[in-house]
Amino acid sequence: MASVKVPIVDYLVLEPEPHLRAHECAACKARYFDRRNACANCSGTEFADADVPTTGVLSTYTIVSFAPPGVDAPFVAAIVDCHGTSVRGKLLNMAPTPGDVALGMPLRLAVYSLGADSDGVEAIGYGFEPANRKDISGE
Amino acid sequence: MSDDVWVLGIHMTRFGKHPDKDVVDLASESVLGALADAGMSMADIDVIGAGNLMGASGGIGQQVQKQVGQTGIPVYNVVNACATGATALRVAYLEIKAGESDTGLAFGVEKLAGAGLLGGGQGTAGGGKWAPRGRFGAVTGLEGHTGTSNMPGVFAQIGLDYAHRYGGADFELFARIAEKNHAHSTLNPLAAHQKPMSAEQIMADVMVAYPNTRPMCSANVDGAAAAVLVSGERLKRLSPEQRRRAVKITASVLTTDPWQESCQVLPDVSTLTKAAAKKAYAMAGVDPGDLDLVELHDCFATAELVHYDNLMLCPEGGAVDFFNSGAPWRDGTTPVNVSGGLESKGHPIAATGIANVFEVATQLRGEAGPRQIEGARVGLTHVIGLGQACGIHILERSAA
Repeated sequence: MASVKVPIVDYLVLEPEPHLRAHECAACKARYFDRRNACANCSGTEFADADVPTTGVLSTYTIVSFAPPGVDAPFVAAIVDCHGTSVRGKLLNMAPTPGDVALGMPLRLAVYSLGADSDGVEAIGYGFEPANRKDISGE
Repeated sequence: MSDDVWVLGIHMTRFGKHPDKDVVDLASESVLGALADAGMSMADIDVIGAGNLMGASGGIGQQVQKQVGQTGIPVYNVVNACATGATALRVAYLEIKAGESDTGLAFGVEKLAGAGLLGGGQGTAGGGKWAPRGRFGAVTGLEGHTGTSNMPGVFAQIGLDYAHRYGGADFELFARIAEKNHAHSTLNPLAAHQKPMSAEQIMADVMVAYPNTRPMCSANVDGAAAAVLVSGERLKRLSPEQRRRAVKITASVLTTDPWQESCQVLPDVSTLTKAAAKKAYAMAGVDPGDLDLVELHDCFATAELVHYDNLMLCPEGGAVDFFNSGAPWRDGTTPVNVSGGLESKGHPIAATGIANVFEVATQLRGEAGPRQIEGARVGLTHVIGLGQACGIHILERSAA
């Protein structure tokens, strides 16, 4: 744990426990993961950080057969409803086969390593794994 | 009150591989074809709406003028993803509606054969430093890390989201939608693919993004389509034969997607389509039940299902029952994509939003040959450009 870690995206917060953090519009509570100029719903310009629950259910998915170099394929791309906040991610720690993925299945956030760069900085990605798994990865 | 707008002439090239033709060749062929069909020349045209997505900075309108007639008229080169053709058509329509023009030309063209997987972007960067960049502060390409942005995958999720909400849709059902469109295009000599495929063959083909196999994806092909539009006043001064073949545009609508909670992470192709459809039906004064045929944006089999619902061809949540009833087959109550659609006729992106008008206009004229839907009077065309834009046109046969 001595190495320096960097999240794959700035909306992934690694400490103290990995979770996602959205920009929430102060006026209408719409949530966003990208850098904002204003709110797409109400044009408000004030935002606050909002921690997104680390559990949710599978809204939809696809199993993608082709991936860019350096990414394992097939992979399961998914949209997860985290108690009202929709999140995109991939499913981790399960087989990428239709029989193993079920719409509505309970999921929880999990992280994985993308490896270290030439300075020894390790990039950490996130995804979702079945919530009933006992053998949690990442520890 | 502004004048009516009519399709006077329309043409599309054969869709498929055209290795010996460039975009200007294909566009010129469609433009000259539409002018001949209209009984007009470039000297009659007051305005051009032109679309070519992949060569968006190239000024396709002026390039084509330089081949078919430089008359000094205004050209609007437009880009709106897969709604580019519909947008070009609407530009010509709006010029006539505004009284600025009597006669307009619209065309769309694309060279897409062999283009492969569209969308998705970059994967993991090799060799460099993990340095945050862009609006997500991403240290690498995100495709395959935070889900997918490739088109078959995005639309697969849209289809399975519908399945999650309403049930009844599975791999086989989506394959049977593609089977229908591949069956329809066996009657279309301009379609890229004209061989039937069974649902079993479709399911056994190359999986691209579950549940979309390759024949359930729009075909990346070359092609162009063009239309000549005229005002009602101008049409009155034309020949009886021109008036008889003219097809009235009773609705032209363009929408974008209003904010929805989940649209930040998965494109919502439904809300803007529903809004466009509602507006179009009101403009045209028709109900979905009045439609004799529909050409909708089946960029993937998973998309066609949700658009049955979005275009209100069935009750909300009833798309699976609608398909299973046989309604969208060419002998059904609401034939959908009798041209073969994007999956089988092909999807040269900027041409699509005019090629679907070609199909409906040809059917309304009673000139569709072996694929004619008997007695067709009213038809609807629909496109979705991700990002997003939705274009809908409703067309009606001439009363003359």
